[in-house]
Amino acid sequence: MHLNRRKFLAGTAVAAGAAAFSIPSIAQAKSVKVGLLADKTGPLAEGGIQMEQGITAFLKSKNFTLAGQKVDFIVADTGSNPAQAKTKAQELIERDHVHFILGPLAAFEMLAISDYVAQHKTPILSLAAADDLSQRKPNPYLARASATSSQAMHVMGDYARKVMGLKRVVCIDSDFAFGYEQQGGFQQVFEDEGGCVVKKLWAPLGTPDFTPFIAQIQDCDGVCQGFAAAAPVKFMKQYADVGLKLPVCGGETAGDDALLPHFGPEAAGLITACPYTIDYKSDSNAKFKAEMAKEFQTVAGFYAAGMYVSGMVIEAGLKALHGDVSNPEQTIKALRAVNLQDTPRGPVHFDHFGNVVGNIFVRKIEKVGGKLTNVTQKTYTNVSQFWTYDEKKYLAQPAYTRAWPPVKACKA
Amino acid sequence: MNIWAVLAINSITFGGLLFLLSAGFSLIFGLMRIPNLTHGSMFMLGGYIGASMTLTYHLPFWLAALIAALAMAVFGGLIERFLLRRLANSVLAQVLVTLGLALIIADFCLMIWSGDPIMVDTPSALAGGTRALGLFFPTYRIAIILIAVVIAAALWALLERTRLGAMIRAGVDDPEMARVVGIRVSRLFTIVFCLGAALAGFAGLMGAPILSVYPGLDFDMLPLALVVVILGGVGSLLGSLIGSLVIGFIYNFGLVMLPELAYFVLFLPMVVVLVLRPQGLFGRHAP
Repeated sequence: MHLNRRKFLAGTAVAAGAAAFSIPSIAQAKSVKVGLLADKTGPLAEGGIQMEQGITAFLKSKNFTLAGQKVDFIVADTGSNPAQAKTKAQELIERDHVHFILGPLAAFEMLAISDYVAQHKTPILSLAAADDLSQRKPNPYLARASATSSQAMHVMGDYARKVMGLKRVVCIDSDFAFGYEQQGGFQQVFEDEGGCVVKKLWAPLGTPDFTPFIAQIQDCDGVCQGFAAAAPVKFMKQYADVGLKLPVCGGETAGDDALLPHFGPEAAGLITACPYTIDYKSDSNAKFKAEMAKEFQTVAGFYAAGMYVSGMVIEAGLKALHGDVSNPEQTIKALRAVNLQDTPRGPVHFDHFGNVVGNIFVRKIEKVGGKLTNVTQKTYTNVSQFWTYDEKKYLAQPAYTRAWPPVKACKA
Repeated sequence: MNIWAVLAINSITFGGLLFLLSAGFSLIFGLMRIPNLTHGSMFMLGGYIGASMTLTYHLPFWLAALIAALAMAVFGGLIERFLLRRLANSVLAQVLVTLGLALIIADFCLMIWSGDPIMVDTPSALAGGTRALGLFFPTYRIAIILIAVVIAAALWALLERTRLGAMIRAGVDDPEMARVVGIRVSRLFTIVFCLGAALAGFAGLMGAPILSVYPGLDFDMLPLALVVVILGGVGSLLGSLIGSLVIGFIYNFGLVMLPELAYFVLFLPMVVVLVLRPQGLFGRHAP
């Protein structure tokens, strides 16, 4: 063959191209692929970035090896929007062939991908709190180690009534599903124990100034809020600016430990209920906090802890399966059978819908040593998504929405 | 606590903040005929820079605000000179560039300041409030009104009493004739863009003790600036002032009286104005 420059260049290009394609080696086939769907950009980016930090801290501490298996960790940015979440979920499942999906963060993203993920039989350890995914419209491949939206708020309703002694509460939250489900959970337990919700105020997402809503808080002895992302910080400031001094209680995102460095002094006294709290005493929590401080110089919060614990669940599941993730039904069964005693949030196990049963901490923001921190007031153990209600009766009642439970006139 | 009184006061103070945000937007829209979609981002970036100045470098609040304004002025000048001027033939391209920049700035802020909201403490001289007539008047919010009035007066003096202001008004009225008369309109564009950016950056830090600074602040505030300027009239200072007050009232009372229709109530006046009187209440020409 006459070798001229053109043929030489073509031949080199083909050889280089062939070398660029990775040759699957036998050793690589044994690795476990874990994909993370997190909002790394967009308005929910704060939580998404912390999710990535939480799971990265866990995997780094285990040298990216779980139950003797190497872990391939792939991160995908959902951009805080459902369409992008769907696209990324497709990439993770169809292009990267992940064995587990971690996340996503937001309920609207989870709802966009839930059917697709279930169709492709991929176990998903979601942080997103949408209640019905483990209740009336369950996803059979879900193992949720965080909580449902209402899980912590059932506890808050009980604490607000029995310990804080509140009788009449105004509920204020963002005008979307997470807000409805949180306030619904609070209202049901609070009213069942003799309290009364005087009114429910819904602020549209993206409201810069909550003052018009705060101005409507009257005729009550307490306020319950469930703001998330950046809103809790400015809500507390604007609440103080209106001059109100009534006690405020809130949900898992309202007093998130990761926001502690950003709250102003007006946040002292805020009581929230959360599946994770910074001062919980366990070996793994101490380890988790140290790793977050070392790797990312950040205060660990609910988003990071949720993913860290999910990582621990994957590890325990892999141990039970002896590393065999080839059968998705067996995999999800193993995940749901996981029962851990020592995690950053305490003992966790799952109910038959795949939702976590574990501690819910009621904590108050206090100034300790010149800085604001969360101080645990009471720990509720073994809290399930149904509170103390009978499961069948709970599922027979409507899902928590803007209009349900309805606001009724209070007696006296 | 009388809810209507609280709402009325907050309407005026929110209107003050909106004026600081939208005065620059109105001037840019009036002179350059483009809605500057980067305006919300400059508000947010000014807020972030000012917040860093106060929290990390412990500079006094007012000095930080000045630095934020200057930084945004420089930034705005660079955008106008190197990006917008090259696209002077196509208004659509300029608008799209400002939108693209807004997205880039949003990601840039995320990289530098991460996703956590930053709350700036109210400057200590203006902290707290006074209780009178059964109401609570937060001092800082009242101060925003005064600051808005001072800025409005300064801008009015600039536009009505200086040669530069006369040239800007001429450029707003009729850029072609202004060029014929010998006014270097493209240089005016740069000056006005810098001024608008500086006002936005300053407003960003002014708003920070009330709104905090967080990812998403840019697109939370931009629609409000747009509504104010369309309603009040493009290129008119008085229009921005009146428009800000009107929107402040609509925002506060609308959210209370018709919460389900919150943003509908806010944008309905804009639609009505565009259909019936496109130049707005005090504008010189249609946008």
